[in-house]
Amino acid sequence: MSLFDALKMNQDHLLGEHTFIAEDIKRFAALYDPQPFHLDEAEAEASIFGRLCASGWHTASVWMRKNVDFGLDGIARASGYDGPLPIGGPSPGVKRVSWLLPVYEGDTIRYYGSFTSKRPLNSKPGWGMVGHFSHGINQDGDRVIEIEGAFMLGLGPT
Amino acid sequence: MTEKRYFEDFVEGEVISSGPYPVSKEEIIAFASEFDPQPFHLDEEAAKLSPLGGLAASGWHTCSIFMRMMCDGFLKNTASQGSPGVENVKWHRPVRPGDVLIGSSTVLSKSTSKSRPDLGFIRLSHEVQNHKGETVMTLENTGMMGVRGPEHSEQ
Repeated sequence: MSLFDALKMNQDHLLGEHTFIAEDIKRFAALYDPQPFHLDEAEAEASIFGRLCASGWHTASVWMRKNVDFGLDGIARASGYDGPLPIGGPSPGVKRVSWLLPVYEGDTIRYYGSFTSKRPLNSKPGWGMVGHFSHGINQDGDRVIEIEGAFMLGLGPT
Repeated sequence: MTEKRYFEDFVEGEVISSGPYPVSKEEIIAFASEFDPQPFHLDEEAAKLSPLGGLAASGWHTCSIFMRMMCDGFLKNTASQGSPGVENVKWHRPVRPGDVLIGSSTVLSKSTSKSRPDLGFIRLSHEVQNHKGETVMTLENTGMMGVRGPEHSEQ
């Protein structure tokens, strides 16, 4: 039995949580998304968002970090698997990232992940492709982000 | 200074270019250290053994870089109000240290908001290429854009 075999479908796992402080929101935005509502409180108040909020790429990138921190160890624990771990691989992309509500300064987001599909890759022997669905919820219980994608996972050890 | 563009100013079929954006090894490692600390985004030796075959930027980094390219390329001079999401993000090829990225965004369609007459939606298809002309990423999204409306038309 491998971790790939042990993966359970459609069960939410808590990946971790993160509080978005103004300093980090502005630092990310200055580098990658310098739109006024991500950089300046007064400009944000005049915008559709009403308050300083994080770039969607910032909230998505923090999800990635929580995912990496959760790691293969976390996936193994969540799958009830205690054998040797395979190697993790890169992702070919994401089907969808939805920013459902703004993530405002001071918001704490809890990120959850689940697996939705798995199949061995004919094109890359020894590797499988795992589909995932993840989401993030703020401190008020409102869903702020959804991410639907896939990543490669080693099929071993055999 | 270019005149600010509103929803009305975008034309279906229009192609908007962005970049160039040179990607350094230092930036790849800095982004990955904070957001995607997997060996193939951090360490050249470990990356050689991975399916990526060498150090490569996190896909989320490529997305973020492209966001910056769009901001500098055209969004800063528009009435952009953000985006509810992106679809079909495909990382076709690894983005390597030394790559110089160029973006092109095609306006697929436009529609106005029923609940918010001051807001329009612009459907865009995006392609990011490296300096060799290879496609590294494609994605689609719907951007929200302020409508100029009659009160601004005389400016």
